[in-house]
Amino acid sequence: MREELLAIIEKNSRIDLKELAVILGVEEIDVVNELQKLEEEGVICGYHTLINWEKTSLDKVTALIEVRVTPQRGQGFDHMAERIYKYPEVRSVYLISGGFDLMVILEGKTLREVSSFVSDKLAPLEQVLSTATHFILKKYKDHGTIFAQKSEDEREMITP
Amino acid sequence: MRNFLADQVVEIKPSGIRKFFDIVSEMKDAISLGVGEPDFDTPWHIRDEGIYSLEKGRTFYTSNSGLKELRQEICTYMKRKNGIEYDPMKQVLITVGGSEAIDIGLRALINPGLSEEVLIPQPSYVSYEPCAILAGAKPVIINLKAENEFRLTAEELEAAITDKSKILVLPYPNNPTGAIMEQKDLEAIAEVILKHDLFVISDEIYAELTYKEKHVSIASLPGMQERTLLINGFSKAYAMTGWRLGYACGPADVIRQMTKIHQFAIMCAPTTSQYAAVEALKNGDADIEEMRVAYNQRRRYLLHAFEEMGLECFEPYGAFYVFPCIKEFGMTSEEFATKFLEEEKVAVVPGTAFGDCGEGYLRISYAYSLENLKVAIGRLKKFVEKLRSKTQA
Repeated sequence: MREELLAIIEKNSRIDLKELAVILGVEEIDVVNELQKLEEEGVICGYHTLINWEKTSLDKVTALIEVRVTPQRGQGFDHMAERIYKYPEVRSVYLISGGFDLMVILEGKTLREVSSFVSDKLAPLEQVLSTATHFILKKYKDHGTIFAQKSEDEREMITP
Repeated sequence: MRNFLADQVVEIKPSGIRKFFDIVSEMKDAISLGVGEPDFDTPWHIRDEGIYSLEKGRTFYTSNSGLKELRQEICTYMKRKNGIEYDPMKQVLITVGGSEAIDIGLRALINPGLSEEVLIPQPSYVSYEPCAILAGAKPVIINLKAENEFRLTAEELEAAITDKSKILVLPYPNNPTGAIMEQKDLEAIAEVILKHDLFVISDEIYAELTYKEKHVSIASLPGMQERTLLINGFSKAYAMTGWRLGYACGPADVIRQMTKIHQFAIMCAPTTSQYAAVEALKNGDADIEEMRVAYNQRRRYLLHAFEEMGLECFEPYGAFYVFPCIKEFGMTSEEFATKFLEEEKVAVVPGTAFGDCGEGYLRISYAYSLENLKVAIGRLKKFVEKLRSKTQA
């Protein structure tokens, strides 16, 4: 049940517990216990909401920053990653294979705010060799959800 | 002017579904639980392969039997899923949907005018009976029972057999009931089939959609492969209804005759669809599983909802239909469905559209998102409560 449960709430964390139990074919108490266990084990790390900010009056700028760093003796990239992810404006940090090392996803109110983060905070870090900042112009799909208009059911009403 | 129409065709009743369809299509804001096709889009990698084949200019006919690569993939699939071996060169025919395979299969096997009998268990898909008539056979209906979960029993089969019996249509997993035949059920009827030397047309279009044990094909039973035409397709498993692609696997002599009809009547199945289907068979297992899991969740949701409503319904383990009983309301299936549509604006299909013994039942499809199902089931609950309070008053 674990993986099926996770697959469902990954798409819809607001689903009613009773309904969850019904569609999984188990008792409600089992769902409650499993969810608690998953939270304790750190499998479930939070319940977030997917928002298309472009449709709101709030302006937001998202940037993907490729960072090349010098790994430190005994700590690999973890220490550097930590120094970066502690900034609250940093949304995600990934260690990446290939041409650079860390992918930093940053969210700010304005372009200037993001660029000053890069030039004032990120780039000056001693182990940072280089950065390349890419601004997101449009989000088409996020977390598996397409942001475009929802499609209608175009099937015939009745078919054999 | 003379009457030019063929009596045989004129006498065929139009599909009971059609009649209901006309009522529904006039109602603008109705919602539906009436479709017999998946709500999912065809997985993108399959669609992409179809598009790519068009870009490459693969817009020619294929061989009559279908692309060799596709026939080979089908044989690999049959071996993998059912443990049955077919020769891709002689024992497979690619058809325009499973429907075509049903039609030409019957035509290849029936001698018109000799009243050869085709045994058709009902409730079942709407086309077996008319196709049997058009092929010149005499359809013999076996009325399945709810108490057997609409499975075909050896006794029921035995009772329907005469010395004219030739073919048994085996429609499992079943549309409209959602019934399945498990290994033990198949073994029981296989004995009767062998005893009376019958041929089987096994429509396994819903084979991938089972929720108990994996589907078992009757062709995998001892002595059955040489007397079974196994029909399957891409519509239900890969959500590819509009691509119109199915296939038949069977004895070489039957396939050869079917290929002849297919060659003259159809030429070949759509080429684009065939290229897409190769990709489906090669890389589509994960898609099937994802859809199957979603259907199963909805199935559980519906059964639970019926239980809460006190609506009688056996647990179906296949396809994407449930078949609840509405006999307690003292209405025919059609009356119930019409009234439900008029009062609550939800379309369901009366069980009688799939045979007379569907009387007292409804086919409810769960090829809809849970959100849609919830709205529709909310209305069904309201409707059922209204009916019950009236009968009590």
